[in-house]
Amino acid sequence: MSEILNNSGLFLALLGAAFATFMAGIGSAIGVGKAGVAAAGVLSEQPDLFGKVLIFQLLPATQGIYGLLVGFLILSNVGLLGGGVEEISLLKGSLYFAASLPIAFAGFYSAIHQSKCSVAGIGTVVKKPDQMGKALILPAMVETYAILALLISILAVNGISGIQV
Amino acid sequence: MEQDYTYAVARIRFRETKLLSDADIGSLLAAGDTAAVMRLLRDKGWGDNTNCQPEELLVIEEKKLWEFVSETVDDLSALNFLLIPNDFHNLKVAVKCVTRNLEPDGLMIANAIEDPENIYQAIVSRDYGELPEFLQICAREAMTTLLQTSDGQLCDIIIDKACMETVYQFGKESDNEIIRLYCELFVAAADIKIAIRCANTHKKPEFIRRALAECDTLDIDRLAEAACEGKDVVLTYLSATEYRSAIEAITASMSAFEKWCDDYLTNVMKPQKWEPFGIGPIVAYIIARQNEIKAVRMILSAKVNSLPDATIKERLRSMYV
Repeated sequence: MSEILNNSGLFLALLGAAFATFMAGIGSAIGVGKAGVAAAGVLSEQPDLFGKVLIFQLLPATQGIYGLLVGFLILSNVGLLGGGVEEISLLKGSLYFAASLPIAFAGFYSAIHQSKCSVAGIGTVVKKPDQMGKALILPAMVETYAILALLISILAVNGISGIQV
Repeated sequence: MEQDYTYAVARIRFRETKLLSDADIGSLLAAGDTAAVMRLLRDKGWGDNTNCQPEELLVIEEKKLWEFVSETVDDLSALNFLLIPNDFHNLKVAVKCVTRNLEPDGLMIANAIEDPENIYQAIVSRDYGELPEFLQICAREAMTTLLQTSDGQLCDIIIDKACMETVYQFGKESDNEIIRLYCELFVAAADIKIAIRCANTHKKPEFIRRALAECDTLDIDRLAEAACEGKDVVLTYLSATEYRSAIEAITASMSAFEKWCDDYLTNVMKPQKWEPFGIGPIVAYIIARQNEIKAVRMILSAKVNSLPDATIKERLRSMYV
């Protein structure tokens, strides 16, 4: 019983790393897929817009990278990457899990909503290619919230590694 | 699972840039003759690079429209409300041709839910079960009525009313606002036209009531009563409905009212130009293309028959772009 309790801290930390990567990754996959469908529609009519629509498709991909980054930091802090696994208390493991939540949820939802903005932006660029800059700023605004969540997750993960609980 | 129209809408965004604008229509109108109009249209990508005749050009464009829609939309049944009237038209042609021993060559519309030939064969064999469910009851009733009474007008109102009821039902069952609006306007406009024509021809109340179909924006009982009393009473009734802005057009002529309906629909559809998701932009694009084809048909007819531009101008619809 005590062995299970001793290891459950590590399990929760690992769950946090997985959760950050998994949720933000799913959001990005959905987002990139949705924007990709719209981009494919445009390219079947106007192939020379490839460069422009590709940027819109890639915008929702960043959340997946943020999730990966947070997951990587958690794994690194608990020693899973270096080979020397630390003993993680249940509370510390829970804290790592909590730290993963901002990027997991904000990453998931912001990627999906950013893709909707990207699809609309693709529509704008098709009709008015000279408005590319403005059309790009609108979905990029959604990115702000993924970055804020990433920041909190990184600060939390780094903070947790320094405390003895 | 809800259909995803992202791909179709993205393609439509590009195709919207190729739609004829009011300025393009002005150029066509200003063209000297049919050949000049055809040349301008070919420059805009109309036709199939062959030296086709004006009527063929319009058929090709209609065919291209539906080929494009079939290519981009997985399940076309969501757009059935646009095709239902064509099926009822084909049924009407089949019933009349069969009872008069005529061939329906060239009279049926190819863009329909059911293959026109199937409809014709089902009527020939009186095997109504072979027809789609929405046509079965009215096909039997229309055929029986025509054989027993030889009253072509009665046959027409049976089929027309069934068509209106089917479109209305489609709209009621749809969760899309644009489709609901289109279906409602389709039925209401048909009811108004029936009421005005019945008022002008002093039809009996039973006939009027039988011809009118239920819709949400008109009280059919009051409209039927008004139609019995005359056109002015119909207009007075309409002044208390949301169709009050159509009164001027109705007073002018039926074609002016038809133009009012098309313009109203175009204006309602315009916000779909900025809508990135859903079936709305697809519906709006189809209606815009059909309006465009209608406008070009008018211009070509005018050029062929040397009609004055002013006559055509007052009938031309507002363009979507």
